[in-house]
Amino acid sequence: MVGMTRKKTFIWLCIFLLPNLLGFLTFIGAPIVSSLIISFTDWDLLGEMQFTGFENYIRLAQDPDFWVSFRNTIFFILGYIPLVLIFGLACALLLNKQMKFRAFFRATFFLPVITSWVAVSLVWKWLYNPEYGLINYALSIIGVDGPQWLSDPNTAMIGIILASAWKDIGFVMVLFLGGLQNISPSFYEAASIDGAGNARKLWNITIPLLAPTTFFVTIISLINSFQVFDQVMIMTGGGPGGSTEVMVQNIYNHAFRYFEMGYASAMSWVLFLVIFLFTWIQMKVQDREVN
Amino acid sequence: MAMENSSKALVYQNIKSKKSKKRRPIINKILFYLLLIGGASIMLIPFLWMVSTSLKPDGATMVLPPKFVPNEPTTQNYERVTQQFPMMRFLWNSIVVAVLTTIGQMIFSSMAAYAFARMQFRGRDKLFLLYLATMMVPTQVTMIPQFILIKQFGWLDSYPGLIIPTMFAVFGTFLMRQAMLGIPRELEEAAFMDGANHFQVFYRVCLPLIKPMLAALGIFTFMQSWNNFLWPLIVISNQELATLPLGLSLLQGRWATDWGLMMAGVVISVLPILIVYLFAQKYFIQGMTMSGMKE
Repeated sequence: MVGMTRKKTFIWLCIFLLPNLLGFLTFIGAPIVSSLIISFTDWDLLGEMQFTGFENYIRLAQDPDFWVSFRNTIFFILGYIPLVLIFGLACALLLNKQMKFRAFFRATFFLPVITSWVAVSLVWKWLYNPEYGLINYALSIIGVDGPQWLSDPNTAMIGIILASAWKDIGFVMVLFLGGLQNISPSFYEAASIDGAGNARKLWNITIPLLAPTTFFVTIISLINSFQVFDQVMIMTGGGPGGSTEVMVQNIYNHAFRYFEMGYASAMSWVLFLVIFLFTWIQMKVQDREVN
Repeated sequence: MAMENSSKALVYQNIKSKKSKKRRPIINKILFYLLLIGGASIMLIPFLWMVSTSLKPDGATMVLPPKFVPNEPTTQNYERVTQQFPMMRFLWNSIVVAVLTTIGQMIFSSMAAYAFARMQFRGRDKLFLLYLATMMVPTQVTMIPQFILIKQFGWLDSYPGLIIPTMFAVFGTFLMRQAMLGIPRELEEAAFMDGANHFQVFYRVCLPLIKPMLAALGIFTFMQSWNNFLWPLIVISNQELATLPLGLSLLQGRWATDWGLMMAGVVISVLPILIVYLFAQKYFIQGMTMSGMKE
């Protein structure tokens, strides 16, 4: 009898778990392992796979294109993160109050988040049009001669950064709103009794108490922005003159244009290691908070 | 958190209290709403500009000063983009891919989550830890072997190639397991007493209780799939099978400076997700917040 129910339970377990487990092993588990293996080979998709040891990784360290894409990615991150943090927090603070049309404003700020990168990139490409674009027209009204934006190596990445920040502010805002709701109103009441103004409350209550959220948002944004790709691909394709070429694009090109699967895999593992470093920091800090 | 709050309160107590000046609440309020409206305008203007451009006749896009409301609005760009380009085909592909991916993700991950959260078996926690560990690995690592796999299955340029690999995202299992852990034991025990089997408990007891989370996962997956660009870019080379994001990039390759036409294409791609958003806003925001990752 007991054996019967055991067997039955096992069958149920298979029914529930196996479809997902098989999919997981095939499309996630196995690819992770084989990607690591491929990264130590010179596989070009057609010929024989030959182990080349650390050759791909050594080549990577000496590849100027890789370092250019690394530098460009870092430049993107340095521009993008402060922008989304500051404006995301500002929007969250604005929307955290009781007001009319709150739902409308929140929906509006979140609108770019649900839109695809491709759509956003195309619209911004049009906005950035040096001659007929809305941005340079707006600049001309206040007497500024607008730059060439995406077709100038000096401003192309700035253009991508601004458009990316515009798209993600709503996302960061929602995360900050969650953090703000965790702050007990009693702090503000106590501060009001003590006669603190809004600026003081912001500086001495909100920002310190929001620190865990800020940290979380920063890490998430970092992880995401190391993977920046879609908007670059659509807006500049890495140009002009490689000035916006980013890491994922480099991986994509080597894998699917030059079919250097081994080299591209090695690059993807370097990307993973960088991302892992930040994930690890996040986990460490979270552990410390819990204990 | 509580600890932290109280320590911050101590910090606060050290702040010397100052009598604030008398405020002029009305001016503050006006300033507040001005900021809000300014912010909202920055968010909305690109969308309005997109629609406005798409409604302008040929030659009216490249005009200075730019006009927000077209003189003679026309649907000519929409006709051109759907006639000269398989835009409706892209739309259909996107719907098929997003709907099937979402359904598959919801079914498979909630079932696996039931096994992880409500069943006992050896190695369960270790296996789940393995699932979790893979969540840290970015898609760029898996995409190359996935591509090779799809190629070997003969799934390049096909719906299965677009849909099946994306159905098993670990995030779904993780989220559903979290939701199912919260269900009290007594509920399912009562059902088992009444002679229900595991499927009935899963379907009748567990799923109804995690409906909001399931909805959030569904919406999130749909949006991810609808907006995905990298995977279709890798798997699809036959234009007939392109989804909207890939289709738009092809459109850009052909009519790079025909902005009216391009914006009409963009509007067609944005409109469906916008409609879903209007009806299920809450779940969008929930799904995004829980994911913490958006890609």
